[in-house]
Amino acid sequence: MAADIENKTTTNEKLKTEEMILNMGPQHPSTHGVLRLELQLEGELIVNVKPHIGYLHRCFEKHAEAMTYPQVIPYTDRMDYLASMYNEFGYAVAVEKLLDIKVPERVEYIRVIMGELQRIASHLVALGTYGADIGAVTPFLFCFRDREKILSLFEMTCGARLLYNYIWVGGVSHDLHHDFLRLTKDFVDYFRPKIKELNDLLSFNKIFIERTANVGILPLDTAINYGITGPMLRASGMKWDLRKDDPYSIYDKFDFDIPVGDGRMGTVGDSWDRYFVRVLEMEQSLRIIEQAIAQIPEGDVTSAIPKRIKPVVGQVYSRVEGPRGELGYFIISNGTVNPFRVKVRAPSFVNLAVINELCKGHLVADVITVLGSIDIVLGDVDR
Amino acid sequence: MKTTEEIFNLLKEKFGDSIIELKTDIPIEQFIVVNPLEIDKICNFLISDNDLAFDSLMNLSGVDDANGEKKTDESGNTQTTGGTLSVFYHLESTSLRHKLVLKASTSIENPEVSSVAEIWRVADWHEREAYDLLGIKFLNHPDLRRILMPYDWEAGHPLRKDYKNPEYYQGMKVPY
Repeated sequence: MAADIENKTTTNEKLKTEEMILNMGPQHPSTHGVLRLELQLEGELIVNVKPHIGYLHRCFEKHAEAMTYPQVIPYTDRMDYLASMYNEFGYAVAVEKLLDIKVPERVEYIRVIMGELQRIASHLVALGTYGADIGAVTPFLFCFRDREKILSLFEMTCGARLLYNYIWVGGVSHDLHHDFLRLTKDFVDYFRPKIKELNDLLSFNKIFIERTANVGILPLDTAINYGITGPMLRASGMKWDLRKDDPYSIYDKFDFDIPVGDGRMGTVGDSWDRYFVRVLEMEQSLRIIEQAIAQIPEGDVTSAIPKRIKPVVGQVYSRVEGPRGELGYFIISNGTVNPFRVKVRAPSFVNLAVINELCKGHLVADVITVLGSIDIVLGDVDR
Repeated sequence: MKTTEEIFNLLKEKFGDSIIELKTDIPIEQFIVVNPLEIDKICNFLISDNDLAFDSLMNLSGVDDANGEKKTDESGNTQTTGGTLSVFYHLESTSLRHKLVLKASTSIENPEVSSVAEIWRVADWHEREAYDLLGIKFLNHPDLRRILMPYDWEAGHPLRKDYKNPEYYQGMKVPY
């Protein structure tokens, strides 16, 4: 008997195993765009993941150098196309810092309302597609139904549903529709129970938890070293939100909480935490919108828009808390009407870099889980 | 919490000539100019010292300063000679809540900067981007390849101010 076992082990040792390289993407439905992941596999276990990006590269930064400051805004829309309002918001804040101008109170409120609606819309795509990636298609349809209502509000404001060109340097392009605030209030009242619906349908679904809990755990020190920001960092347990920690615009006037991951279903910083932080954030965004609607003053929205933008020689790094994390603009001015250099610190670009750490030792199927929980937009990764 | 000036004095004491100057005349942002080949040692100190604790690199960005000498020959072609490329580092301490901006300038003919990718892993892709778009070589970088442009792009680095689009790329016409 003992000899028998010995024989078996020796045959096993003689079996030749070798690592396999498998390409996932660039055209793959669960890579959320054109992303190629080069997987190095040992059987079905991941040894290494090497992302290859750049398929959507348009060199926004080169374009920006040939444009005047206001002309850059439509280009910023096209980076993270699920959060265009926030890209414009961040850019406007950066140029306003460079010009040292203050915008009217009403503009700030409009920007915050738009920004938070955009955050909800963006999170709805993230959560819906995440469910669809894992096999739950119904929540995806529910999420898109609700996102549609937000897009209608945007359409009513500026005519566009995806790429707005609404938030300008020094103001917004035009005032709100006279019905906008009432309809937004209606939306807030409508949407609050829908979050519970989403929780019943997906968040606390046993199959979903089995697939996401304890998968792709991101420890906090790794997260900070990799520059991870936004919901991903908060899921790893750090209370860090630029709206509170480095306040811009008028976020210091609102009362809201910062949800963090607590490892309720597994370990702090796993995929389920990253998912659920986004669900909780939508609720906080609703709170901010409610307060903003109650407080918004009357006034002119275009009075502070400069006729000609020509900042003095200088440079600024300005950042805002986008739906995906820290969205930073580094702008150098050489005193002309064109920016000398615009560098964007895109949250998706930085967050994607950590994927190798998250996937090591997991199965191929878990790559989809991890990638979905990072919530990248390839337009933002490649710019 | 320390100001840029205090940090400058601290660094000057420790690293001497590698810390070149403190720029305060630029509006909005002050920054410290440092030696590009010593940046890794300086950053190692900045992250490990308990009073500084810069655990987060917010942004790393390469810039073509476009300060070379321009010469126009008889046929009207402009030739640029010399000039510098720079790298800006925006650091932050999440525990002590202070920020710092560093600048490292290097010549355009031989643009070499020490890599900080081993100190902050976030710098890995940012440095690859700076290499890809500006041609700055980061010494001791673990994997310095192009990242956004195609791997076989031969026409140079697009964010250089004197960059010109090639006629063809792999037999495909580039200007459309």
